Parts: sequence; structure tokens; C-alpha cells
Amino acid sequence: MAWIDKLVGRSPIGPMQEHMKASVACAKEILPLIEAMAEGSDERIRACRDEIDRLEHAADEAKHGIRSNMPRRMMMAMERRDLLDILDFQDSIADVTQDIAELVDQRGMHLPAALVEPFRALATRSVAACDQGATIINELDELVETGFGDREVARVEGMISELGRIETESDELLDAACRSLFALENELGVSTVYWHQLLLWIADVADYAERVGNRLRLLIAR
Amino acid sequence: MPELAAIPIEIWLAGGIALYMAWAIGANDVANAMGTSVGSGALTIWAAILVAAIFEFSGAFLAGGHVTDTVRKGMLDMTLLTNDQLVWGMLASLMSAATLLLVATKFGLPISTTHSIIGAIVGFGAVSIGPDAVKWAKVAEIVLSWLTSPLLSGTLAFIIFQITRSLILNRADPLSRVRQVGPFFFFYVFFIIGLVTLFKGLKNLKLDLSIEESLLWSLVVGLVGALLGAILLRRARAGKKDEDQRFSQTERVFVVLQILTACAVAFAHGSNDVANAIGPLAAVVGAINEGAELAGKSAVQPWMLAIGGLGIGVGLATWGYRVMETVGKKITELTPSRGFAAELAAATTIVIASRAGIPVSTTHTLVGAVLGVGIARGIGAVDLRVVGNIVVSWVATLPVAAGLSIFFFYFFKGLLG
Repeated sequence: MAWIDKLVGRSPIGPMQEHMKASVACAKEILPLIEAMAEGSDERIRACRDEIDRLEHAADEAKHGIRSNMPRRMMMAMERRDLLDILDFQDSIADVTQDIAELVDQRGMHLPAALVEPFRALATRSVAACDQGATIINELDELVETGFGDREVARVEGMISELGRIETESDELLDAACRSLFALENELGVSTVYWHQLLLWIADVADYAERVGNRLRLLIAR
Repeated sequence: MPELAAIPIEIWLAGGIALYMAWAIGANDVANAMGTSVGSGALTIWAAILVAAIFEFSGAFLAGGHVTDTVRKGMLDMTLLTNDQLVWGMLASLMSAATLLLVATKFGLPISTTHSIIGAIVGFGAVSIGPDAVKWAKVAEIVLSWLTSPLLSGTLAFIIFQITRSLILNRADPLSRVRQVGPFFFFYVFFIIGLVTLFKGLKNLKLDLSIEESLLWSLVVGLVGALLGAILLRRARAGKKDEDQRFSQTERVFVVLQILTACAVAFAHGSNDVANAIGPLAAVVGAINEGAELAGKSAVQPWMLAIGGLGIGVGLATWGYRVMETVGKKITELTPSRGFAAELAAATTIVIASRAGIPVSTTHTLVGAVLGVGIARGIGAVDLRVVGNIVVSWVATLPVAAGLSIFFFYFFKGLLG
């Protein structure tokens, strides 16, 4: 009967949650990065980038671990395809964060005073979206525990709607930030393009968090 | 019983091997079933051993006769066998099953004692005596049951899991629900055990109850069980609330229900698997004392079932505690609520099969049950490769056991003939 234990294989849920945690930890580093940019300290920017690289790498490792531990001949409570899609979105959160840090570090981007508040507001909202995404992914085991009971499903769907709301807010903040940026276009010259790119990426972080939620909604519906 | 010195060597041999098999069954299978309850701290090791031994022994003694009969005389045509052939053959079957059990324990292979004993009996019967000696229809019925029993237990597990889902887990207050609903499960288990035992089951105790009396007494047994369950569930500590793991308290109380199902598994196991050791022993004793033909008619003697129960108890006490320690410490992905659904389904299936005198494999029934919960989306991941391994070993066990038993048949023929 020891076979029963082997029969119940290692559930991918725990590792999925670990990966989400790692990705979100990476995204949270955007906040100190923006403070460093506001301060105009290349040293601190560099430090933030190193930390982001490290966290992105940790998330990557976790991702590979999950992928190789999800053999086809497993009967899972959730579709393998769905989980791998969610994993990709989770991973994109860390990837985009890394793109942001690289660009800031490479160009030595020091944030003009007029843009500090718009950047801060957008990034804070994006990180909030990530936190909400992590909360949702933390419900995966409760979903399985209740066998996708309608009460728990309703709870998670409520969380996903909340995440959608946060993402919409971050879209509005992105809009406002872009307007502030383009008002300075003449002063900033060609670097406007890069600042714009940064804003888009920071908003992307929220976007990927939202996709994690939306993909989960699809998984639940099956 | 005759004096010890007058007991023939064949009976000593058969009794010895049967005792070994019962010991090994107790040391491994039963200990595994109880291990989770020990690991969760719901039972101490010695309490678990005591409880397991009681239920295992009861299962063997009170409900084990039917399967024993099948193993002993159901598969071979007794009129075609000489006394000697029956004795050598059954000794060979015991040796073959015991050898496979040793190999299984040593290498951790998923070999079923049921499959090896059935394979062994058919093997020696078909080759050494002739295919006519084997009642192929009965054998086919048994082999077919190896397909239907996991199917049945899987379906039951699916249903039981859905019940726990809608009555307990999918509620606003699962913790208080498990305490309220739990006693009904206790009632169910004790009622079934009572029914199986009392309904024509107490021949061993020369107690014959009518259907109404059996039902009534089973009801009483069930109610006593429910009361016991209510007390245990009330006393079970849920521990601290954890916002991250909102079901951890409920699961902790579910452990109480898992003790119950572990008992049910022990009872079912005793009623089914002990027969694998005792059936051949009973055949040997019958053939020597009364002749092959008559032996087919006489009943299994209580002392043989007692040997089986005793062997299991000793196995649990001498070796089983180690297994329990290991199993208990292992982190299992099978949470108490899932273990409960799977074990309850398996135990029910095995008890039904035992009542019908059909030897099924405990392992396969449990595997079917786990798959049933998995299909209900209740388990994170079920490794189907393990299912494949078990099916392969199931198919492979039969010819290997048959071959071994043929070898031992000629060995005993040379030794004793």
C-alpha cells in the first residue's frame, strides 16, 4: 500500500505558487528602482538592477523545475495546458521587470522631478495588481481542496474581478503619466521615446498579472 | 485437535508458511493503512497497532470465512484430486505466494498476495493435475472481479468525495460541518461492519440470527459507532486558524474520520487477505484429516482464522510500528479528506467482495479509489505511470506465481511422496 503514496504524485500547485511569489518579489523591486531614478543615483540604480536580475533568475529556475516536473502521464485537477499558460504569464511579470531595470541601468535614466509622481503612482498600482495575482494563485490549493466547489469558485472569481479593476486603474494612470511625459517632450527630446517605453512596460507588469487571473478564470470554467 | 506430536509434518509446514504470510501482511499492508493516522498525531503508534489488530482480527475471524472457502476449494474440482496432490499443491501455492511476498517486500514491488495465491493454485492445478481440475468459470469470475473491483471502488470514491464536498468542504463553515456530518459516516461504517458480520457471518460463534435480528443489531452497532464518532469529533482539536490555508483546521478534524476508515480498511483487509494465507492451510488440514473429497464439504475451522488474525497482530507489533513511523513522517499529498474518501470506498468494495467470497486485491481497489477522487478533480496530481506499473505487475504476477507453484509442487512431491 506504500504505492498509494507514489500514486498521488507531487502536485504542481505548490511550485506554481512559489514561482508566482518569486515573480512578484521581482516586480516589487520596481518601486525602489523608481526611487533610485528619482534620486538620480547610478549606484542605487545598479544595485536595484542586480537585485532584479537575481530575483528574475530565481523565478526562471522555479519555472524550469515546474516544467520538467509536469510529465504528460499525470492526471491533474487542472489541465496541464492551462497551468503552463498561467506559468508563462507569471514568468512574463519577472521578464518585463528585468527589461525595465536593464534599460534604466544602460541609459542611466534619471527621473525628471515632474515625472516622479506619475511613475510612482503607476508602478504602485502595477505592483498592487501583482499582489492581487499572487493572492489569487494562492487560492489554487483551496480550489482543489473544495473540488472546485461553487462557493470557492465564486470567491476566486471575485478576486479576479478585483484584479481587473486594479488593472483598469493602472491603465488610467498610464494614460495620465503619458500625458505628463509628452508635455515635456520638447525638453526631453529623443529620450521621450525611452521614457514612454518604460511607462508601457510598467503597465505591462499589471497587464500580465491580469492575464494570470483571466487564464485562471478559463481554467475554472472547464 | 490431536496431540502435537501426532500432527503430520505437512500441517506444520502449511501452518508455518501461513503464519509467515499473515505476519508479513500485518507488517506491511495494515501498517501502511494506519500510518497516516499516526503521522497526524491522532493516534499513538501503540493505539494504532491495537486498533488495527482488533479490526483486522475481527475481519478475518468474523467475515473471512467466505473468501477462505473460495481459495480452499472454490477453484479446483476436488473430485479429480488425490489427497496427496491437494496437500503438495496447496503447500506449493503457499510457498510460491510467500516467496513472492518476500521479493515484494525486499524490492518494494506492487505484488498482490491475492493475485499470487490465485495464480499459484491455478498453476499447480492446471499443469500438475490437468486443466480439467481447474474450475475455469470460477477463476474467470475472480479475474473479472479484479477489473470490476477498482471500477466499483473508483465510482464509490467519486460519490463519497462529492458528498464530502457538498456537505462539508463547499460550505461557509466547513469546520463545524465536519463535526456535524462526521457521525453519519461513523454510523455507515459500523452499520456495514455489523451487517457483514451478523448476516450469516457468525457461524463461527454458532450464532444464527434472522434477517430482522441482524438488521436490528447492525443498527445498534451503527448507532454506537455514531455516538463514539460524535465524541471523538467533538474532542478533536482543530488548531489555530491560518488565513493562507483556510482548510487546515477542517483537514485536521478529518483525521478522526480517517482513523475510522483505517479501521474499516483493516476489517476489510482481514476479511479478504487473511484468506490467502488460511485458505491453503485449511485445504491441507482438511485433506489430511478427512480426505480431499470430504474436505470440500467441511467448514473452515475457527482456529485457522485465529492463526491468521494472530499472525497479523504479531506482524503489526513486531515490524508494523517501523512502517508506521516511516509512513507517518512522510509528507503525503493525499490530505485526510481525500484519504478518507478513497479508503472508505475501497473498504466498502472489499467488504462486499469478501461477503460474496471473491478474493480481490486490496491495493488495486485502493488505486481505483484514488483515481475516482482524482477524476472528481479532488487531487492535485495522480501519477498514471504508477497505475501502469501496478497493472503490469498484476499481469506478471499470475504466470510467475503459477510457475513457482508448479516447481514447488514437484519439489514437495519428491520430498513428501
